[in-house]
Amino acid sequence: MATTAPVEVERPEVEDVTAVDVPWIVLVWNDPINMMSYVAFVFQKLFGYSKAKATALMLDVHEKGRAVVSSGTREEAEADVYRLHEHGLWATMEKDGVGSPGS
Amino acid sequence: MSRKDPPELEPRVRRLSDGSFVVDLSENERSLLASLPAQLSTILEDEADDPWLQRLFPTAYPKDADREEEWRLLMSVDLHDRRRAQLQVLADTAGSASLSADELLTWSQALNDLRLYLGTRLDLIEETTEEDFEDEDDRDLYSLYGWLSFVQGEVVDALSEAL
Repeated sequence: MATTAPVEVERPEVEDVTAVDVPWIVLVWNDPINMMSYVAFVFQKLFGYSKAKATALMLDVHEKGRAVVSSGTREEAEADVYRLHEHGLWATMEKDGVGSPGS
Repeated sequence: MSRKDPPELEPRVRRLSDGSFVVDLSENERSLLASLPAQLSTILEDEADDPWLQRLFPTAYPKDADREEEWRLLMSVDLHDRRRAQLQVLADTAGSASLSADELLTWSQALNDLRLYLGTRLDLIEETTEEDFEDEDDRDLYSLYGWLSFVQGEVVDALSEAL
């Protein structure tokens, strides 16, 4: 096991450098329980969005099934996901452009 | 998402000039609100594997099992504690004549936790109506869910206006 270690050690550093440049996006998914007015309110309160922007995002979630509500470093995205979960919203995070080569 | 019922003539939650809120609920409604949080807290404490809790603890990394496991280890205990604390505030203040803005905000979260649990348990979809339930207990739960939705709608309206 130990004999292959020196080769493996180099790789994560390269990945880490790439990871810094790729933003993470936070998605909120539609669900049948959360109320439309509550979801818009949570967007306003957590992200400081205007009522118009929060309502548009909420309608995006409702009509398209999901919407990107914020983006940033992994730590920032995790903090947003946590706050959204705390408020009962169905939020997930992923690297921007996952599954679409060239981004 | 679910739509709010058409508003009644008089809002049930009103903001006073000092920034606090008054909530217009009957004694029966207040007793019900005071009793529900402990039931969900008990489930959170003793039956953490209850599948009906899944909407309270969504997946953060659906495409990355390793990070998801790490997330669960770091966050789920904290989220459990937060949820129980929110529910406790609702139980403690259900009888209060007036609420601070922070307390009312916590009401909105605790009411939503109760709705998420009940809605998951009833397997709701956006088109669900009372007629979909043949079982009397489920019908009662659905009517409780509807009432919680009404109260939460009133709370959220008042909070939104105060933003």
